[in-house]
Amino acid sequence: MTDTAARPQAEGSFAAGFSWAMARDLTLAWRHPDEAVLTVAFFALVASLFPLGIGAEPQLLARIGPGVIWVGALLAAFLALPGLFATDYADGSLEQMTLSPHPALGWAAGKVAAHWIVSGLPLTLLSPLIGLQYGLAPDTLGIQALSLLIGTPVLSLLGGACAALALGARGGGMLLALLALPLFVPVLIFGAGAAEAQATGMSPAPHLSLLGAGLIASLVGLPFAIGTAVRIAVD
Amino acid sequence: MNWFYFSSPSTFYGLAGRLAPWFFVAAALLAAWGLYLGLLVAPTDAQQGEVYRVIFIHVPTAWMSMFLYFVMACYCGLSLVFNTRLSAMMARAIAPTGALMTFLALWTGAFWGRPTWGTYWVWDARLTSELVLLFLYFGYMALANAFEDPRRGDRAAALLALIGVVNLPIIYFSVQWWNTLHQGSSVSFKGTSMHVTMLTGMLVMSASAWMYAIGATLVRVRSVILERERRTAWVRSLGAA
Repeated sequence: MTDTAARPQAEGSFAAGFSWAMARDLTLAWRHPDEAVLTVAFFALVASLFPLGIGAEPQLLARIGPGVIWVGALLAAFLALPGLFATDYADGSLEQMTLSPHPALGWAAGKVAAHWIVSGLPLTLLSPLIGLQYGLAPDTLGIQALSLLIGTPVLSLLGGACAALALGARGGGMLLALLALPLFVPVLIFGAGAAEAQATGMSPAPHLSLLGAGLIASLVGLPFAIGTAVRIAVD
Repeated sequence: MNWFYFSSPSTFYGLAGRLAPWFFVAAALLAAWGLYLGLLVAPTDAQQGEVYRVIFIHVPTAWMSMFLYFVMACYCGLSLVFNTRLSAMMARAIAPTGALMTFLALWTGAFWGRPTWGTYWVWDARLTSELVLLFLYFGYMALANAFEDPRRGDRAAALLALIGVVNLPIIYFSVQWWNTLHQGSSVSFKGTSMHVTMLTGMLVMSASAWMYAIGATLVRVRSVILERERRTAWVRSLGAA
């Protein structure tokens, strides 16, 4: 399937570019699963460091659990960012993609979608398990997973834009951290806020609505920004 | 008159050099007047006592921190859309002053918060979003200087600045959208809850900060222009003269 789709067609379209890039990156991730596994392992490790460092009283853990899980997921998603464009930039594939007839918007969005399926989605699926370690109530676990499901795509989109901007820059990971982490702050606040509201008996709906609004705004605006950033990088 | 005459770095270099001292003089005069009003004339606040006088630094720098980011983002947009060289240089020249204003707003806010709230720092929406603004300025400067090719840095950083504009309404409306410890605005277009001398002092200090920001930007853009254009004939002739 990828072979036929990979051949450049005379007329480009958003859908064709999106599905081609997503299928390609998913195939690559499937053939080298270590990267996705490392992301998940990092998340589990960070989350298990906190009880060891802070102390394992059940009340304390249930109190800090939602925030710690969100911070862990955010850092894991951040550490997966360099893989999004850097290798394709280094070996020239990214330049070939900008030459393809498909709009940059399409294949850039496809790459980010594949990246989310490989990093954000496993983190979301793993989060209830980590939440159990922290002794969170079942309904809090559900809200936690839901907030991650809405929030991690925003992280992938924002992080993707920063990763594309930092392509070929001096300073590598530290620069990317300086660019991406401040932009992640609102996502963290509303994501962790939703689970915490549920845990303290308030309604998580406002936080989730704001998170959803952020997701819609990011879906509309950021693929365009990522495409532009990649074009700046390969110019 | 040709409106684009000064959009070339070589002509703007001279203009900036001639204008900058005037802006600094205006900034100094306004600061002297504003501080006189603020520290000597304005009455003691009924609730906060003398501590409130931090307002004459805090509010102007906080306003300028947001306004300068907006102006910087406008220049960034211009440079991306029209690919004008001077816009990108102006954006670069504004960023350090914007970061300075943001830092001063946070710093004076901490000293205001200690006696009135009992703490230097709280994680409320206004303070957090202002801190994010500081990091956006740092990120902009770091990204702009991270490339061998300065034009590449201009364009990448410009896009980052435009993405970061989302933060401005969050800072501005944070005291209305959230239940913050930071007080709401005392000044609006409809009127004010402040004593008129306090308000005058604050506005004069804001005008002073504004003039200072323009002057500092003009001086800095001259260095940026010289650095970028150092291989051109007109810069070399400057050195020869």
